[in-house]
Amino acid sequence: MAVLIACGVYLLLERSLTRVVLGFLLIGNGVNLLILIMGGRAGFAPIFDASIDPVEYNDPLPQALILTAIVITFAVSAFLLALIYRSWRLANADDVADDADDVALRTGTRVVPLEEASIDPGDTDFPVEVQR
Amino acid sequence: MMASLVPLVVLVPLLAAALTLVLGRRARPQRIVAVLALVSVLAISIALLIGVDSGGAVVVEAGGWPAPFGIVLVVDRLSALMLVISSLVLLAVLIFSVGQGLADGDDETPVSIYYPTYLILTTGVMVAFIAGDLFNLYVGFEILLVASYVLITLGGTAARIRAGITYVIVSLMSSILFLAAIAMVYGALGTVNLAQVAERVQDLPTDVQILLHVMLLVAFGIKAAVFPLSFWLPDSYPSAPAPVTAAFAGLLTKIGVYAIIRVETVIFPTPELNPALMVLALLTMVVGALGAVAQADIKRILSFTLVSHIGYMILGVSLGTVAGTAAAIYYIMHHIVVQTTLFLAAGLVEREAGSTSITRVGGLLASAPLVAGLFFIPALSLGGIPPFSGFIGKLALFQATAEQGDALAYTLIGAGALVSLLTLYTLVRVWNLVFWRPARDVKGDETRLLLAVEEAPHSTSTLSGTRATPRLMTLSTAAMVAVGLALTVFAGPIYGVAARAAENLDGATAYIELVFPGSADQPALGVEESQP
Repeated sequence: MAVLIACGVYLLLERSLTRVVLGFLLIGNGVNLLILIMGGRAGFAPIFDASIDPVEYNDPLPQALILTAIVITFAVSAFLLALIYRSWRLANADDVADDADDVALRTGTRVVPLEEASIDPGDTDFPVEVQR
Repeated sequence: MMASLVPLVVLVPLLAAALTLVLGRRARPQRIVAVLALVSVLAISIALLIGVDSGGAVVVEAGGWPAPFGIVLVVDRLSALMLVISSLVLLAVLIFSVGQGLADGDDETPVSIYYPTYLILTTGVMVAFIAGDLFNLYVGFEILLVASYVLITLGGTAARIRAGITYVIVSLMSSILFLAAIAMVYGALGTVNLAQVAERVQDLPTDVQILLHVMLLVAFGIKAAVFPLSFWLPDSYPSAPAPVTAAFAGLLTKIGVYAIIRVETVIFPTPELNPALMVLALLTMVVGALGAVAQADIKRILSFTLVSHIGYMILGVSLGTVAGTAAAIYYIMHHIVVQTTLFLAAGLVEREAGSTSITRVGGLLASAPLVAGLFFIPALSLGGIPPFSGFIGKLALFQATAEQGDALAYTLIGAGALVSLLTLYTLVRVWNLVFWRPARDVKGDETRLLLAVEEAPHSTSTLSGTRATPRLMTLSTAAMVAVGLALTVFAGPIYGVAARAAENLDGATAYIELVFPGSADQPALGVEESQP
C-alpha cells in the first residue's frame, strides 16, 4: 500500500497528464487497501452461523466502503481520460498548461499602474491557449 | 412528518436529474422540470428549517436500520439553515442560466447536459448537508464534485479544459485525502458514524487525535480554499460560464467550511489546534485580499475576495466559542448570498459590455444603470459598509474574537478590519472604472479586444449593450440582491437562529444525544471490534 501511494504521488507530480491519471489510479487503489487494512485481520465471511464466534468474522463494513470508493474512482478516471483526450485534441499537448495571468506576473508585470493593469494574453509571447 | 421530508431534499433533485436526462434535447420541458424541482426543494428546506427551529433536530435512519449500523440523516439547525440558503441560491442561479440560455440559443450551455448535471450538483450539496456519517459526507462531496467537474469544463473550450484540469486534479487529491482520513478514523474507532466517532474519539491518545484532526482539516481545507491550499480557486473558477461560477463560488467552498464546522464542533471540540487555525485564518484573509488588489478582471477579483473572506469564517470557527460559531454561521449565509450575487452581476456586466476586464470596460452607469445598482449593493455589503449584512457579520465576528482578548485575537481583528478595507478598495476600484468612468475615456484597441476576449466574440463596442440582457437574468440577480437585503433587515431573527444553531454545536454531547437518545451511559454500541 505504501509503495502504491508513493509511486502515485511521484506520478501525480509529473507534468504529463497521462502520468497524473496513472498516479491517481495508484493512489486510489492504495487508499482502498488502506481501508481494507483498517478493517482488521482476515476472518470468516460475515454470513451468520450460530457455530462461529462473532470475533472470528471478517468486518464487512470496510468492504462496503471500498466497493463505493472503487465505483467512484472508476467513474472519475473515465471522466479524467475524456478530459485529457479533449485537452490533447485542443492543444496537441499532454501537459498541464500554464495560467496566462501567472505567466504575466512572472514576466514582471506585477506592479503596474492602474490604467495598465490589464493582463492581456496578447501581451505575452507565451502560447496562452491554442485557438481552434 | 418532518422525518419524511428529509430524504426528499435529496430524492427530488436526483429524480428530476434523471427526468431531464430522459427529456434529452427537448429544452422547454427540461427547464420546467429543473425549476420545479428546485422550487420544491426550497419549499421543503424552508419547512424543515421552521420545523427544526421550533421542534428540535430531526434524525432519520435510512431504510429503518438503527443508528450505528444504518445510514443516518441528521438535520439540525445548522443543516436546515444551510439547506434553505443553498437551495435559494441554486434556484436563483438556475433561473439566471435559464434566462441566459433562452437568449443565446444555448450555445454556451449544451442543454442536454447542463440541467441534469446542475440537478446532480444540487443532490450532492443536499447529501453533504444532511449526512450523519463521514462516509456519507464523502459520497455527497463526490456527487457534487463530479457534477462540478462537468460544469466547469462545459463546452470543452481550451481555456475551460486548462482551468478544469487543475481543478479536477486538486479536488481529486482532497477526496483521496478525505477517504484516507475516513480509513484512519475507522481503523482507530471502528465506526464512521459522526455521533459515535464523537463519542469514542475522547478515549484516543492525543497524538492519534491530532493526526486524524489534521487529516480531516487538510481534506476540507482544500475544498474550502483555506490559505496554503487555496491556490487552485482563482485559477479555475473564472473560466467557467457565469452562472456556474456564481453557484460554485457561493456554495462549494462553503460546504468545505460547513464540514470544518462539523469537525471542529462535533468530533474535535478540544482547543488544541485552534491557535493554528487562527493563524491560517489570518493568512487566508490577507493573502486573498492582496491577490484581489493585483487583479484586473472582475471575475478574478471576486475569486480572490472569495478566498480572503473564507478566512473570516475560519476565524469564527477557530475561536471554539458559541459566539464565534454563531458569527461564522451568519457570515457563511451572508457570504453565500452576496458572493453569488456579485458573480451574477459580473455575468450581467459581461453581457452588457462584452468583457469583465476593468481596464477595457467603462461607462456602464450610463448605459446600464440597473446592472450598476445590482453590483453596487452587494459590493458595499461584501466590503462591510454599515447598514448591510456584511457589516453585521463582521461586527459579530470581531465581538466574538475580542472576547478571547489575547494578542493573537486583537491581531486578527486588526487584520480583519484591514482586509475589509482592502476588499472595499478593490470593489470601489471596479465601480470607478467600470461604472463611473465615461466610456470615451477607455483606451481600447479593438483588434486586441477581439483577440483577447474569447468568451464574448461580439465585444467590439463598450458603449452600448452588445447583447440584450434578458429580463430573467436581471430579475434573478435582483432577487438575490433582495435576499441580501433581507439578511440585513431580518438580521435579528436570522442571527437568532444562527445563535441557537451554534448553541446546539457547543460540544459534542448535544449531537450524540440526538442520534443516540439516552446513550450517555452506554459506551459500546454494536459488535464491531474497535482497535486502538
